Amino acid sequence: MPTLHTLNRGPSHASCLEECLSTMANDDTLLLIEDGVYWALPSHISVLNDVSHIRALKADVLARGLHQLSGTELVDDDGFVGLCTQHDRVVSWF
Amino acid sequence: MIFTLIVQASPYQHQAPETALRFAKALLRQGHTLHRIFFYRDGVHNGSALVSSPRDEQNLPEQWQALAEEHDLDIVVCIAAAIRRGVLDATEAKRYERRGDNLHSAFELSGLGQLVEASLASDRVITFGG
Repeated sequence: MPTLHTLNRGPSHASCLEECLSTMANDDTLLLIEDGVYWALPSHISVLNDVSHIRALKADVLARGLHQLSGTELVDDDGFVGLCTQHDRVVSWF
Repeated sequence: MIFTLIVQASPYQHQAPETALRFAKALLRQGHTLHRIFFYRDGVHNGSALVSSPRDEQNLPEQWQALAEEHDLDIVVCIAAAIRRGVLDATEAKRYERRGDNLHSAFELSGLGQLVEASLASDRVITFGG
């Protein structure tokens, strides 16, 4: 019964990610959106080492000029909707 | 699949309403059903007809209105959150003896019962907060 977690806060609001990670199960997916995509930077990505499934919202990565820095798999808006249908529920962290 | 969206952030202060708008367009494009969009907390400012953005910037309330009219969407603004923030329809403006009303006609003021009903009727409820 996997859950999709969306996170829209970046490293300046680290407690938001900490709370999110404390609730995540192994088969859950973390989708980084808005300022949350900053977690995908090489300087921060190690915090997500224990997360098996990570995606980042493409428009937000591009808007912040991070597309060449991040190795995280990107999804577009259609992919975001698809992730919602593929998981049993969606929890938003903000 | 049936979706309901909850928007809890105001335009211009947070990106969340823009993300929600794009998400709504994407799910409709894919043929899913959008049962309701519920605007809560500071999200009620998305329903103001008085929002006047510069010409080269997007006007979120107008875009919500256009999407709602195109797809015949039920877009509900939480009445308790809205009145506190000065987002009033004509009925509430009269009740509270205010000079004017500003809720866009595409939106409806209603209570949390609409959110509960939407949660029961939908396969997925997605919150966009800020």
